[in-house]
Amino acid sequence: MISALLRLGRWGLGTFERLGRGHLFLVRLLLGIAALLLRLPLLIVQMYSVGVLTLPIIVVSGAFVGMVLGLQGYNTLVDFGAEESLGVIVSLSLVRELGPVVSALLFAGRAGSALTAEIGLMKTTEQLSGMEMMAVDPMRRVVAPRFFAGCFSMPLLTAIFSAVGVLGGYFVGVGLLGVDEGAFWSQMQANTDWEEDILNGVIKSLVFGFVVTWIAVFEGYDTAPTSEGVARATTRTVVHSAFAVLALDFVLTALMFGVE
Amino acid sequence: MRQSRAVELIVGLFVAAGLGALFMLAMKVSNLSLVAQEDTYSVTAKFQNIGGLKVRSPVTLAGVTIGRVAVIQIDSQTYEAEVRMRIESQYDYLPEDTSASIYTAGLLGEQYIALEPGGAEVYLKEGDKIFLTQSALVLEELIGQFLYSKAAGES
Repeated sequence: MISALLRLGRWGLGTFERLGRGHLFLVRLLLGIAALLLRLPLLIVQMYSVGVLTLPIIVVSGAFVGMVLGLQGYNTLVDFGAEESLGVIVSLSLVRELGPVVSALLFAGRAGSALTAEIGLMKTTEQLSGMEMMAVDPMRRVVAPRFFAGCFSMPLLTAIFSAVGVLGGYFVGVGLLGVDEGAFWSQMQANTDWEEDILNGVIKSLVFGFVVTWIAVFEGYDTAPTSEGVARATTRTVVHSAFAVLALDFVLTALMFGVE
Repeated sequence: MRQSRAVELIVGLFVAAGLGALFMLAMKVSNLSLVAQEDTYSVTAKFQNIGGLKVRSPVTLAGVTIGRVAVIQIDSQTYEAEVRMRIESQYDYLPEDTSASIYTAGLLGEQYIALEPGGAEVYLKEGDKIFLTQSALVLEELIGQFLYSKAAGES
């Protein structure tokens, strides 16, 4: 009984301790932004490994998600004789929800896990302490470029995902199922609002990029310096990111589109 | 860092692709291209009943969209709906006795205002009123009238 209480207390303390460490870590990261501007090459290289290398999975998934939306939407709408509204369904689902959320989940699985594993391995092999020995701040040299690269890449990836998805929906709806092309685009334009829908989607992707990358670099920096620790931290990154993205998505949607 | 030129080029292309995708969403998917036209004049019309008319509903002339509904409010004197519409400046040759009717696009479509030009020599300009209006058809009233006329015919 007593030992169970002890375990519970230890678990609770550990959780809050990690939460506090994570936020202090974030403050140090954000303070490093000025130094980062002097080291743009570092940021560019990380943009490549975090953003460009995530592109294939984003483009392919976006195309398939758009195509599935086109197919499903058509099958539902055709019962009501409203297949002209297919464009609206595809664009609004992608821009408001699926674009930001699915690209954030893919980003967490592809780029977030890689970031955690890389930083975690650097810590395990004592490269980070080695840098400190050489009076190089690993926070600024290693962590900050990766963090900001993730923050910048995510909105771009989301925009590409949504655009490719719309084209995928267009390909299935207009190309294969014979929805009228003009109606497809005009209904889409008439009912998708620039500020309401697209800018809110961009805001979502900014928030998701920030949170997912933050979780990834923190888990890597905070890993237990063993091979098992790195493996656990990588798993935790994906799980926590997915949870954070979905929970935040609900909060943001409620804020933007209103729970009235 | 060896192939930094190539990496920089690829990252630049990536950023350009992302911004291009956003631009495509703005221009092709959303209504941004329709909002940007500020060159309009506004006229108002009063209706007994506007049905499902909304702000941003189209205003058409012979089926061509020439403007959009800007404001919908209640006239506190007459209890009618007062609709202000913004019409693009290039269509500045609408006669003063133009009439406005509210129609429905298709069976389940959105409602829009259709303008029918009259024959007056004077044209509508900024701030003018359209006096001849026809309200939206309310389906229940229509069915009620139909049933009533059937019943009257049988007796």
